[in-house]
Amino acid sequence: MPDAGNKIRLSCILNGRPTTLDAYPMARLLDVLRCEAGLTGVKEGCGEGECGACCVELDGELVNSCLIPALHAEGAAIRTIEGVAIGEKLDEVQQAFITHGGAQCGICTPGMILAAVNLLERKPQVSEAEIREGLAGNLCRCTGYTKIFASVMAACRERERRR
Amino acid sequence: MRSRVPFYELVSPRDLPSALEILAREPGVWKPFAGGTDLMVLFEAGKLAQRKFMSIWNLQDLRKIEVKPDAIAIGALSTYSDIQGNEVLQREFPLMCRAALETGSIATQNRGTLGGNIANASPAADSPPALLVYDAEIELISAKGTCRLPYRDFHTGYKKMRMRDDELIGRIHLNRSVKQNKQYYRKVGTRRAQAISKTCFAAGGSVEGGRIDDVRIALGSVAPTVLRATETENVLRGEKLSGALLKMAQATLGRELSPIDDMRSTAAYRRRVAQNLLGEFFEVLAT
Amino acid sequence: MTTRVIGKSVPRKEGREKVTGRAKYADDLTFPGMIFGATVRSPVARGRILGIHFESQIPWDEFTIVTAQDIPGKNCIALLIDDQPCLAAGFVNHPEEPVLLLAHADKYLLEEARRSVRFEIEPLPAIFTMSDSLARKEVIWGGGNIFKSYQVNKGHVEHALREAELIVEGTYETGAQEQLYIEPQGVIARANAEEGVTVWGSLQCPYYVHKALVVLFGFPKDRIRVVQAETGGGFGGKEEYPSMIAAHAALLAWKSGKAVKIIYDRAEDMAATTKRHPSRTSHRTAVTRDGKLIAMDIDFTLDGGAYETLSPVVLSRGTIHAAGPYNCPNIRIRSRAVATNAPPHGAFRGFGAPQSVFALERHLDFVAEAIGLAPDELRRRNFIHPGETIAVGQVIHEKVDMDRLMDRAFELSGYYEKRKQFAEENPGRTIRKGIGCASFFHGAGFTGSGEEHLASEVAAEATREGRVRIMAASTEMGQGTNTIFSQIASEALGIDPERIEIVQPDTSNVPNSGPTVASRTSMIVGKLVETAALEIRRKLVEAGFLKAEYAEGDFAEACGRYVDKFGRVTSFAKYEHPRDLRWDDERYEGHAYGAYGWAVYVAEVSVDMRTAEVHVEDFVAVQEVGKVINPVLASGQIEGGVAQGIGMAVYENVVWQEGRMVNGQMTNYIMPTSMDVPPIRVYFEENPYERGPAGAKGIGELPLDGTAPAIANAIAHATGANITRVPVTPEVLSELLESVRA
Repeated sequence: MPDAGNKIRLSCILNGRPTTLDAYPMARLLDVLRCEAGLTGVKEGCGEGECGACCVELDGELVNSCLIPALHAEGAAIRTIEGVAIGEKLDEVQQAFITHGGAQCGICTPGMILAAVNLLERKPQVSEAEIREGLAGNLCRCTGYTKIFASVMAACRERERRR
Repeated sequence: MRSRVPFYELVSPRDLPSALEILAREPGVWKPFAGGTDLMVLFEAGKLAQRKFMSIWNLQDLRKIEVKPDAIAIGALSTYSDIQGNEVLQREFPLMCRAALETGSIATQNRGTLGGNIANASPAADSPPALLVYDAEIELISAKGTCRLPYRDFHTGYKKMRMRDDELIGRIHLNRSVKQNKQYYRKVGTRRAQAISKTCFAAGGSVEGGRIDDVRIALGSVAPTVLRATETENVLRGEKLSGALLKMAQATLGRELSPIDDMRSTAAYRRRVAQNLLGEFFEVLAT
Repeated sequence: MTTRVIGKSVPRKEGREKVTGRAKYADDLTFPGMIFGATVRSPVARGRILGIHFESQIPWDEFTIVTAQDIPGKNCIALLIDDQPCLAAGFVNHPEEPVLLLAHADKYLLEEARRSVRFEIEPLPAIFTMSDSLARKEVIWGGGNIFKSYQVNKGHVEHALREAELIVEGTYETGAQEQLYIEPQGVIARANAEEGVTVWGSLQCPYYVHKALVVLFGFPKDRIRVVQAETGGGFGGKEEYPSMIAAHAALLAWKSGKAVKIIYDRAEDMAATTKRHPSRTSHRTAVTRDGKLIAMDIDFTLDGGAYETLSPVVLSRGTIHAAGPYNCPNIRIRSRAVATNAPPHGAFRGFGAPQSVFALERHLDFVAEAIGLAPDELRRRNFIHPGETIAVGQVIHEKVDMDRLMDRAFELSGYYEKRKQFAEENPGRTIRKGIGCASFFHGAGFTGSGEEHLASEVAAEATREGRVRIMAASTEMGQGTNTIFSQIASEALGIDPERIEIVQPDTSNVPNSGPTVASRTSMIVGKLVETAALEIRRKLVEAGFLKAEYAEGDFAEACGRYVDKFGRVTSFAKYEHPRDLRWDDERYEGHAYGAYGWAVYVAEVSVDMRTAEVHVEDFVAVQEVGKVINPVLASGQIEGGVAQGIGMAVYENVVWQEGRMVNGQMTNYIMPTSMDVPPIRVYFEENPYERGPAGAKGIGELPLDGTAPAIANAIAHATGANITRVPVTPEVLSELLESVRA
């Protein structure tokens, strides 16, 4: 069986920056982000698209990066947790997770925050029921979700206030 | 990640004709790869024997949802999010949208495709029961041309399909004149989200003067393939709604299914739930 | 007593790192020249290893290969005893038992190599049930498969049972439960003659790992160093198991001369690591017609899996909690932990108590029904009061008032109204509702003389700039250790919590504060933090650099002056076991725990009669915890614990086939999603415990005891089904509903 030397060169926009990455075409985007791009904020929790810890935004859509082959990142705009804060200025969702206890062990937090940010971008006026639905693909074992809901509601109100 | 990643190939044909040409030239060598939400799970578990894949994800021709006067043609690469976002489907084919809503999570709905769901041929898939209720037609395309067949004839056995190695699923056609005004869909998976189906029940019917005029019933996870419960439909068609009719239909349904015991559930549970959901559908018919 | 920061929701100390993705967990760490390790495991439950074959297509000469022969010291993972091998040599005793280790720089090739090692194993008869183990169908461990047994005797149970008006019997079971921390287990090791062994990992107890490596390598203690990385959840699952992975990574590092990283994927983690001990409990209860508990005869068995690991301690806690917060004059508890050919079971939040408390609280509803009393009324007539004794004879001096907790929980949940309303409305409905309760307690800290043996230590140091560093082995894994310790030290010193630094747990830098388990971190170690901080303060005052009452701004200056004059400002606190807490290990009686959390939980459920699916609609958790140090963190603990309890009650089912978990994927082993949890409403009462920091008691495990039985009782109320085991899966409930219908 030949070893592929079949790495491909991918061009994408990673957290706003044009980036080139060398990767095997079937490598998981998760691994390419963590290893080739050094973005260790993207986490592996299950490797089967169930837990959402690996969530990133790809062309504005929330996806599980463990299920995306590297080839499909070609030409895409990708946002990871590292691209949520602007410099040192935290997003309202991030700040709310600190203030309202939305993060405990923190391993689900990057994916959860991306999912919440994506949700609020699609639905700026969100109800608790919509938050529950919107985050159903992100598993948290520590919080029981209660303070995640509270954090997202608080962030929603804060964004309202700033508008 | 339990597969030897460097040894897997994923090529990206630039357009649909190129893709079909590759399949025609080397049938069985290249397996189509759409959204990847099924294949990547197998890949990670080290269970993907196939090593050569052809990405069809970017073939925009196959991603349109085309609304014509008499039919809707859903491109095979339409994602579950695409399906949920289509107004005509929401209005006229709500079971498609229900199935899409209940598949996985938002993240998987953004990448999972209807064609992928069909081609993966899991008996537990969420959309196929809806397709059977709507008497969908599946359009297969190849370098040799196009052919259409009723979706109910597509699956011939567990993971076996009427599809050649050089074919792709092109579009799924839903006839807009099919009028069942009472529609019902329920997937039972224990959790309220991201639930693998233990039993999935899709049905549509119309009632005229207390009599069941037309009825279609389809189930997932209760047989080696998605199942259209024709015997049960025959028991119901033309009959007046009654408790006795329901009992008879439930008995027939129980015989029509062949659920199994597996790590997720039991045959007894699946059968009982399917029969109970038939009762719930009856209530919908009676409204 | 007013406090400055105690009682306030000071934001999580490492919150910013966590919400920006900057926090570094084990798999985020890399070292120069690092390679990857993998474990090759037994495919059979029990057998004799005859040979190991390496398939030819792999370039084996590129690999580091480690077997039991390569172990420099003792081939065991030292814990309570040394029965568990680090690598099987000669025999295997459970599926997934580690036999051989591989390391290579290419992760992908490594995986293929793992699949290319074949073991030739002559199978031996194996046992998989507690019944078979007790019956000694095969003796697979020790002389008779018993890891440990206990007997608790209060009063005269035999006599009381003979005289009883009425005896109610019941048998209850709980299944295994997977901790399912979202970060799988992982460790990186470096080991060479110059620096000894260093391990970085996702772990709860650095000194447990340290001890295990000392024995494995036979090195002096100062040649082993264990560092905790940011840890993505533990819940007990990372109490003892990390010693195993650390041992593996260290052996590979030792042999290869390179840093070795082993990270489990979810499938390996589920298949090979510990789970909550399955249990079976039988109750025989003598009760009077007007609801007084006269005798409780309890038989409690835990399935420990193939090796002893922590089973004696899990059994201990389960035993002590088996008769609950009730005043019953005659109690006998006979318990044992037995061996089966499954991967060893281990610590999971609650640690034996969720198992025995499930049985008790379910049984009491059954007893109530037998005498025609409401379940809450039966409990009220037997709640323990100050001055009365629990099963092990400990007199409860705390001002416990279970009645009040129950009143409050019932008012908040609408219990009485709903009990009546649901009973009236349910008949004929497709969706039936139920409401149930559980009343319970949970001892904080190590049992009996455990804390005395741990002899925990905490150190502190003030810098010249007036910042204070706290050195403790207690780990942060989401529960809030860093923040709580900062608040405690801040309160003691009168300075901002931001000026307190919690040093990363590293055995070369922090003393042994004991493991981060047993609901002991705030109460026991937090007290030591307070003591150490106060000692710093005392030194500065005694040296004349600080007045006894000082302003915050004075502190930094005082530190500067002290350091300039005397050098370092350090302090040290060591646990002293209160003289009045005495425990008899032989007779299993005395002061089991210094303090208890007390609670009443109420669960409201809806049951879809067509699909037997249960949904928890509302949940009220009322508990008395001494003192709430940080309301957001404390309620976060209860909420998360309740969610895990919901999983235990309704969703989480380990499917076994000959000792192997076959549903080891998150698709098939299901935990609650955001759509599955009810509003979880948490309320605290405070009755300060004088030995806890600011009066705090431990709370981490408490919610796991009462959640599942409250839900089971609610399901029984909704459906009339006699629930005797968890998880109440739809398949199980569906069968029970058929019996109820019949």
